[in-house]
Amino acid sequence: MTIDYSKYPDEHGHFGPYGGTFAPETLMAALEQLSQEYASVKNDPDFLKELAEDLQNYVGRPTPLYYAKRWSESLGGAKIYLKREDLNHTGAHKVNNAIGQALLAKRLGKTRIIAETGAGQHGVASATVAARLGLECVVYMGADDIVRQAPNVMRMKMLGATVIAVESGSRTLKDALNEAMRDWVTNVDDTFYIIGTVAGPHPYPAMVRDFQAIIGRETKQQSLTQEGKLPDVLIACVGGGSNAIGLFYEFLGDDSVKMVGVEPGGLGLETGKHAAPLCKGSPGVLHGNRTYLMQDENGQILGTHSISAGLDYPGVGPEHAWLKDIKRVEYVSIDDEEALQGFRDLTKYEGIIPALESSHAIAYATKLAPTLSKDQVIVVNLSGRGDKDMNTIAQIEGFEV
Amino acid sequence: MSRIQQKFDELKRVGKTALIPYITAGDPEPNATIDLMHLLVQKGADMLELGVPFSDPMADGPVIQKAVERALRHNVSLDDVLEFVRVFREQDSETPIILMGYLNPIEAMGYEAFANAASSVGVDAVLTVDMPPEESQGYLQALSTHELDRIFLVSPTTPESRLKSVNEKGSGFVYYVSLKGVTGSKELDTADVANNMARLQAKLKIPIGIGFGINNGPMAFEMAKLGDAVVVGSSLVKLIEANESKGRYDIHLAIGEKMAEFRHAIDRADALKGQE
Repeated sequence: MTIDYSKYPDEHGHFGPYGGTFAPETLMAALEQLSQEYASVKNDPDFLKELAEDLQNYVGRPTPLYYAKRWSESLGGAKIYLKREDLNHTGAHKVNNAIGQALLAKRLGKTRIIAETGAGQHGVASATVAARLGLECVVYMGADDIVRQAPNVMRMKMLGATVIAVESGSRTLKDALNEAMRDWVTNVDDTFYIIGTVAGPHPYPAMVRDFQAIIGRETKQQSLTQEGKLPDVLIACVGGGSNAIGLFYEFLGDDSVKMVGVEPGGLGLETGKHAAPLCKGSPGVLHGNRTYLMQDENGQILGTHSISAGLDYPGVGPEHAWLKDIKRVEYVSIDDEEALQGFRDLTKYEGIIPALESSHAIAYATKLAPTLSKDQVIVVNLSGRGDKDMNTIAQIEGFEV
Repeated sequence: MSRIQQKFDELKRVGKTALIPYITAGDPEPNATIDLMHLLVQKGADMLELGVPFSDPMADGPVIQKAVERALRHNVSLDDVLEFVRVFREQDSETPIILMGYLNPIEAMGYEAFANAASSVGVDAVLTVDMPPEESQGYLQALSTHELDRIFLVSPTTPESRLKSVNEKGSGFVYYVSLKGVTGSKELDTADVANNMARLQAKLKIPIGIGFGINNGPMAFEMAKLGDAVVVGSSLVKLIEANESKGRYDIHLAIGEKMAEFRHAIDRADALKGQE
């Protein structure tokens, strides 16, 4: 049976049993308004033109599809291409979505934007677009993440955003999301919440996906031009899953294209210290949607661990949950050590310093490429650059910054 | 007729507004909860709202977040909460009990298994913060099969169009969230609540309880003039936090005093209403 992926989610935000709108009552009217506004702009030529111009002239799109020749040859298998989202303004794919939502915020007459952030890339992207549009910006960030992603915290502050350290719970991304929700409930009249990933209540998972889908649309054209065919395998890291769905979405109907989402295995899936709900979790409801979660038998959300702050989240976007169940996308895990090796490899062979998040996808490519033939093509989404991770890397490698 | 409906009918006959205190089950530790429930009833509670601890209470302010953390330090689960209710019912078969919490612990147990267990231990109603009417089909079916009341929240931002589904799907009472914000927020605007209550009373067919931000006697007095029930939570939970290190006697003393303040204020409002 052929699935028409463009028909998902349904009008209430469901991807099969996943997604939906599990939000406190105070937000229901705002979510309804957002759904209507988004439905009206997503085919509006004026809106799409403004977005396209911003993506071209402000963000710097299209980003290249780069053949990593030396790295591919070192592995002795498939040709690996990198979709260079790290070359976007602000250094990651996050800005594709932040630009889109900020334009919506402006249309809705909101004067204040809030965002949650893990690695800080979405926070930086939100602070950037807020500065450009003259909007007030408040970013919630786990206290632990503030320490490990200090360069991004400085950038947000320089851009005029207020960064609020979240001390509750596990002091990471999930707690930042809780706190942003609390802010939104309180300030719903003048505030637009720019969620940075394909999770949260409807319409966020669909809306963020649509804003990120430009990654896959460009990749398809570029692959056809550069290789004369579609890629054989797409690989992307999955925390909430926005860069992965951004790359995958355009290809979901292309049966020949295999897709792999790489979750953070942390210290190893068997240790319990990871952030891989698709590999090791079970369905539940958190942050406004039903999806796979890391939880105990009583439905309490478990603490997560990943070397990368951007993937350190116990849930995942509902569309990924569905794509897993219907077996359209395969989900695997890469542990901290393997991700670090991926980071080192790409830096050494290609002179590209990847984000620790993207290093998970790179590490999986190093495993997969040697098993494929030389005429096969892998595309790895290089979702962000690694400058922000210098503190973490320096500590691990034992050199002073 | 449900125990909640019975209670509202009874209170209406004597011209009284219900006082519904909230505590988080298992706060500050599991052994404290059942005694606290009895204490609240002795001090004038008409119904009890028992919070089910959840690791990510995104609609709660810092006071209740900390209460939840205290309870979760003892791994208090939904099963444990149901057990508290069962033991409470051995001595009190009359005071209605409302469970308030988030959906995921109920999902983990399964709607049917939860509703069956809750009903059999003597729970009367369930309020799930992140379960709006739109998503609630299977959940409502399980609750109504087991004769549990389904309480929904209504907020200052709830449009008329959504009140219809609350009317159709809710039972027991409607919980009016009196401010835009999380539990325990300040700045409750009496005039704003009055306007909204007038709008709701014209549309809703079941009693309306008011909660969020009611933290002292004067505020409870104003709210009792407007609603059928007044829900108080964070101000009580704060006293548990403040007296935790001193022990059970001090917690009970402080809670008793605060409850007397609320009860007195509500009775005064009821007396005034009676004179009108």
